[in-house]
Amino acid sequence: MEKNKYKNLVAKHTPKENILCNGLVAFVVGGLMGVLGQGLIDIYSYFFNISTSDAAMLMIVTLVFLGCFLTCLGFFDKLVHFTRCGLILPITGFAHAMMSAALEYRKEGFITGIGANMFKLAGSVIIFGVVSAYVFGLLRLIIIGG
Amino acid sequence: MIYLNSFIFCGLVCLIAQLILDNTKLTPGHMTTIFVVIGAFLDVFGIYDKIILWAGGGAMVPITSFGHLLIHGAMATTVDVGIMGLMSGMFNLTASGITAAIVFSFFLSLIFKPKD
Repeated sequence: MEKNKYKNLVAKHTPKENILCNGLVAFVVGGLMGVLGQGLIDIYSYFFNISTSDAAMLMIVTLVFLGCFLTCLGFFDKLVHFTRCGLILPITGFAHAMMSAALEYRKEGFITGIGANMFKLAGSVIIFGVVSAYVFGLLRLIIIGG
Repeated sequence: MIYLNSFIFCGLVCLIAQLILDNTKLTPGHMTTIFVVIGAFLDVFGIYDKIILWAGGGAMVPITSFGHLLIHGAMATTVDVGIMGLMSGMFNLTASGITAAIVFSFFLSLIFKPKD
């Protein structure tokens, strides 16, 4: 009985999040990020006269820089609070994870601080990405043969 | 038209992530990791290449393209050098993104102090 009472009390006081509104905001912001990416690709390939894949690489570098810079200025956390997944899922979220780890551990020194902790949050992306790409690559070699 | 496609695809990926995030106890760190694995999986049968043709930059922006680029570089090298290409070509295409993230965050962390 007591347990149930406590559970009800907790459920009453946890802030309710509006799932529909969050989803809509994430959809619009994420979509705008996609449009920004496509626009950057078009601009780069038009002005620098390079192939689409090179322009895509430049676009990724630009977005990574934007994510790092906004994190440094302290905007990014506030933006994520409003836009939710719309900024975490694009490559800016990866940059944000690395940048905030580097900023946070800066005071512990270069080697033991930045060097040891930079991949603290973003490391899981690289590790699971590489492991899954390796396994799926082997699978594809076996099934399709390259 | 490709702008509309990229809006729809990138928005849908973020929407799915947001729905999972709201309805479970997973953190944003889980989300990015899951979507990298999904991106790598979609490239097994070349599905993600078709998505990139359809959505253009919208498919390159989400973190799923990171997993796609990992396996894509590995498979491209495998054609030339055999099975060892899986290891030597893994970072061929993603190197620019990872290097940019490391370099920018190192130098910017020297300049800026953490807020709050």
